[in-house]
Amino acid sequence: MNLQTGWNKFEQAERVIRYLRPYSYVNLGVGMPGIVAEMLDDTRNIYFHCENGILGYRGLEKNEEIDPDIIDAATKPVGLIAGAAVVAHDLSFAIARGGRLDTAVLGAFQVSEAGDLANWKSPNALIAGVGGAMDLAVGAKQLIVMMKHLDKSGAAKIVKECTYPITARKVVDYIVTEFAVVAINSHGLTVVEMADGMTEEILATITAAKFKLDLSRAGI
Amino acid sequence: MGVETLAMQTPNHRKLVRTPQEAVAGIIDGNLLLVGGWGGIGVPYELILATSKLPIRNLTIVSNNCGMGVEGDVGELFRAGLVSKVITTFPVHSEAVDYLDRVKKGEIEVELTPQGTLAERLRCAGAGLGGFFTPTGAGTELGENKESRIIGGREHILEQPLYGDYAIIKADQADLMGNLRFRFAARSFNPLMAMAARRTIVEVKELVSIGSIHPDDVHLPGIFVDTIYVSGSSS
Repeated sequence: MNLQTGWNKFEQAERVIRYLRPYSYVNLGVGMPGIVAEMLDDTRNIYFHCENGILGYRGLEKNEEIDPDIIDAATKPVGLIAGAAVVAHDLSFAIARGGRLDTAVLGAFQVSEAGDLANWKSPNALIAGVGGAMDLAVGAKQLIVMMKHLDKSGAAKIVKECTYPITARKVVDYIVTEFAVVAINSHGLTVVEMADGMTEEILATITAAKFKLDLSRAGI
Repeated sequence: MGVETLAMQTPNHRKLVRTPQEAVAGIIDGNLLLVGGWGGIGVPYELILATSKLPIRNLTIVSNNCGMGVEGDVGELFRAGLVSKVITTFPVHSEAVDYLDRVKKGEIEVELTPQGTLAERLRCAGAGLGGFFTPTGAGTELGENKESRIIGGREHILEQPLYGDYAIIKADQADLMGNLRFRFAARSFNPLMAMAARRTIVEVKELVSIGSIHPDDVHLPGIFVDTIYVSGSSS
């Protein structure tokens, strides 16, 4: 690791996976969270939910034949595990909104110190899509945000108050960036793990909200 | 068995039509049209293409996506200039060129709705319900100007049922009564749109004889289906 890059995306995914219980149901957002599925070994027995109604998908084996009617949220062809189920959209979102999903792993533009999530729209954007983000954010029992610590302009994405349009309020439980793992509860932000070489002082310069440090909780 | 053979065998084949043009002929100016499909699957391509050639205007369409760059997908309706308003959840694919073009020119009104809210609005219409309170979207831009209520200590917003004049949907199997089966994730919004529309037109991959779908295996009963067109049968 070096201070310019922090953890790579695979090391970041490893940190996310620590918060996924075996035999739990998980929805992975489009983009960076997709790496989590690639990094999981079979022994974890995680069941992946997709907005399109699939409960229990998996990555395709090498040379496995593609079925055009089996895709993930990024519209990438996937396979079904033994024991998979497929339902219509009302039931798929009853699962999401109704509190049945153990974890959602989503990307974000910003997360506030209260756990507000902003991940669906840039401010004043003419073109935007919301998809299932708001339903997943309000419904998942545990919400993990997997994102870069800074945006492309170098601005902090962990902020006191979101300036981007909100997806849902007080919903984020953990933020995993390339530099730190941050837990959020009603008392605010607690950094529970930092990439090698990262210090509290440096982290404070790239984080636009106050945080506590408690490295004894890393990996719980 | 071929479509003709099945139609001959069964007296109850008034729902079956032989061309996509005939299937969509009743759609008129100003209709609210529900268009099935999610992420490029479960899309009634031939019905969309036939609709795009109708001499009509000012459609309000409901579709999860607004085009994925595939011939016959919902992008055709934007290209043909039939759409004045769209209710959608995820229109931002870069391949949705005709949608993006019309939005940038200010030619269409866009109502963005969370995906689960769209599904439930359709289900409510189909179920004869007057709407529902959901926590999804509460406190956000998409929840502005909606009636709000605290239920169980949490803010919920009122969402309205969404009725269609027509639904054009895709299924894997149908019998001549209109009983449908869908295939994997190609089910998605299709049965909900069928329930929410005054008239439902289905494009089906395979027509099977009545009774060959076990009653327990019917995903959507024919009571929700008015017109059946078998993919590729008009050529």
